Amino acid sequence: MKEMTIERHTMSVLVDNEAGVLARVIGLFSGRGYNIESLTVAEVDAAKHLSRITVVTSGTPMIIDQIKNQLQRLVPVHSVTDLTVEGPSLEREMALVKVVGSGEKRVESLRIADIFRARVVDSTIESFVFEMTGSTEKLNAFINLMQPLGLADVSRTGIVAMKRGTDRN
Amino acid sequence: MATEPISGAEIIVKALIDQGVEVIFGYPGGAVLPLYDALFKQNKMRHILVRHEQAAVHAAEGYARSTGKVGVVLVTSGPGATNAVTGLTDALMDSIPIVCLTGQVPTHLIGNDAFQEADTTGITRPCTKHNYLVKSVEDLSRKVHEAFYVARSGRPGPVLLDLPKDVQQAKYEYVNHAGQRHRTYNPAQKPDRSQVERAVELMASAKRPLFYIGGGCINSGPLACKMLADFIRLTGFPCTQTLMGLGAFPASDPLSLGMVGMHGMFESNHAMHDCDVMINIGARFDDRVTGRLNAFSPGSKKIHVDIDPSSINKSVRVDIPVIGDVGHVVEEMMRIWKARQVKVDHKALAAWWDQINQWRGRDCLKYKTSDTIIKPQFALERLHAAIKDKDFYITTEVGQHQMWAAQFLKFEKPNRWMTSGGLGTMGYGLPAAYGVQVAHPNSLVIDVAGEASILMNIQEMATLVQYRLPVKIFIMNNKWMGMVRQWQELLHGGRYSESYSDALPDFVKLAEAFGAAGLRAEKPGDLDGVIKQMIDIKGPVMVDVCVDEKENCFPMIPSGAPHNEMLLGPDDQSAKPVSEEGMVLV
Ligand SMILES: Cc1ncc(C[n+]2csc(CCOP(=O)(O)OP(=O)(O)O)c2C)c(N)n1
Ligand SMILES: [Mg+2]
Repeated sequence: MKEMTIERHTMSVLVDNEAGVLARVIGLFSGRGYNIESLTVAEVDAAKHLSRITVVTSGTPMIIDQIKNQLQRLVPVHSVTDLTVEGPSLEREMALVKVVGSGEKRVESLRIADIFRARVVDSTIESFVFEMTGSTEKLNAFINLMQPLGLADVSRTGIVAMKRGTDRN
Repeated sequence: MATEPISGAEIIVKALIDQGVEVIFGYPGGAVLPLYDALFKQNKMRHILVRHEQAAVHAAEGYARSTGKVGVVLVTSGPGATNAVTGLTDALMDSIPIVCLTGQVPTHLIGNDAFQEADTTGITRPCTKHNYLVKSVEDLSRKVHEAFYVARSGRPGPVLLDLPKDVQQAKYEYVNHAGQRHRTYNPAQKPDRSQVERAVELMASAKRPLFYIGGGCINSGPLACKMLADFIRLTGFPCTQTLMGLGAFPASDPLSLGMVGMHGMFESNHAMHDCDVMINIGARFDDRVTGRLNAFSPGSKKIHVDIDPSSINKSVRVDIPVIGDVGHVVEEMMRIWKARQVKVDHKALAAWWDQINQWRGRDCLKYKTSDTIIKPQFALERLHAAIKDKDFYITTEVGQHQMWAAQFLKFEKPNRWMTSGGLGTMGYGLPAAYGVQVAHPNSLVIDVAGEASILMNIQEMATLVQYRLPVKIFIMNNKWMGMVRQWQELLHGGRYSESYSDALPDFVKLAEAFGAAGLRAEKPGDLDGVIKQMIDIKGPVMVDVCVDEKENCFPMIPSGAPHNEMLLGPDDQSAKPVSEEGMVLV
């Protein structure tokens, strides 16, 4: 049944950048038992005190509608865009990946990083920190490949997203 | 319109007056002393000193629900604020407009575990529609006005303003921001016309239609209820009401089927189950109404009118959602209905009414009468007979007595019935009753109570006496937490774990100790006399009605059962054992 299939959606939520707004959004998700797969937030317009929250969530179509409506009725929320529905859209994530090792493994990690267009942003004789931007899948693939090569630490931003084309939001 | 700088506390008082506030329910403390000082220096607003902050919120709810205005609460920081949490949650669940002002420690102490500090905005975020921590006096007048706007707009609810003491003392000029457009929050009132057209089309084609109306109609106002009643009569369709919707359509109208839901009428629930077009106006498919979801009204197409888009498709998928205020939507429906000169299917409708009248014939509220013990249903029948021609308001506590009151008292007008529907808060009824009484000083206000519930806010007797508020408390004393006992009987093999209240107080003496009048009815023959005395006494009265301890509340949809498997009474043989899934439901 279509009603029961779990879908993954990316929502872009424009909010007033005021105290407690992130707690409100997160509280809504935890209080109503919705999933958060990824969540990012930052101010996007300092003059207008606007922040954008990008949240990736999953649920049945009925739940996804609920999430959108529930977000929309929070007082400091300007707009909610379901990018998965209103697409086409872009999604990007950034990761910092630390790999510790020497010898052949160290060379191999650098070679793979090159293929993935990851940049070296820090290095010691025994370590690299790679910076990489891309889709979540690409980041996952890169991190998996680093696993046997001395993966020591990962820090990811979570997804930021935007509609393609000329539309403003 | 800027004026001389005045203190934050005075700004708040001015803003409240500009919002038309007439009464505040509150309780003082260190963090609100500047506000109390500012209140002392004015005489436009009245302050009612409650005896517990939870009661302040319920009183404001009673005031709001019976007038359509925003109820206002003022409490101190820390324990004052945490005590208010139950009331705020109650108001959120039942969509009651409240503005709650809480004191807070001075801004430089926030986060330091200062004396009587609590993270009030953190604690109340999930139990308010919105809340504000006002950290600077420059924002104060705008935020106070905004709080009122948010509380009453769209789907109403409680809004909290947390006010640090230094902000109450700082000086700034007051600007009246009333009526200003909000930056983000502007819920639509008028519906999408094409949706209303589709709804009318579906209604016109119905063979077994049913209006299912709820608390949203009452929030939309008496005029909206009047229009809705006119429209229902125009269609000739039957109409059932939710617990929160009682009074939105006159109970005496032949089109009214009475209450729907777990303890609703047999005819209402069967009509819900068998209808082919359901017209939900301002109700929310609450689980007390739907019963088992996958068996809920399986053959119907559903129209859902609601001002809150998040209510649509939350638990029940509907065919035609209409977002908007009930008044506006009904006006539009009526206009389209008339313009199209809709002809309903009279033949099908007559057959549907035949069926409904058969269900009605089961007389589902029938109970075994007695000459020796007071049956709770009988007590309420007598109460109803005594008040029905008077200007009355009813509040209730929570339990069997609440359900019996909903079944046996009949409401002809909106705003006359206040009960804790969504949260089911024992202790709601007494403070809500005096909130109503403050707004309607010359009306008869009765709290239909249980002996267990009334003890949860019994201290409010002192408030009644202090302000000479002539509230009547009609305790249906069955010595049990009757509703708990009923479930233990039905679901837990009659193991009555902790549902008997030993050591109940003597309610007559208790009333007298507070300085109110106390009465008691022990035999059915006492009732009429005692009720008359209760009404005749000018001040507050508490009546101890000693009712049958064993009586259970019927009809009933057992948890997890569909609407057409209602139990009619204790001897109903159709009872099936409650399923595993039913057992986990509350
Ligand atoms: C604050 C609170 N605590 C517990 C409950 C659970 N509860 C629901 S009804 C009920 C019993 C109420 O007893 P009483 O007031 O005597 O009413 P009766 O059912 O006997 O008419 C209880 C404990 C509740 N609704 N509210
Ligand atoms: Mg009882």
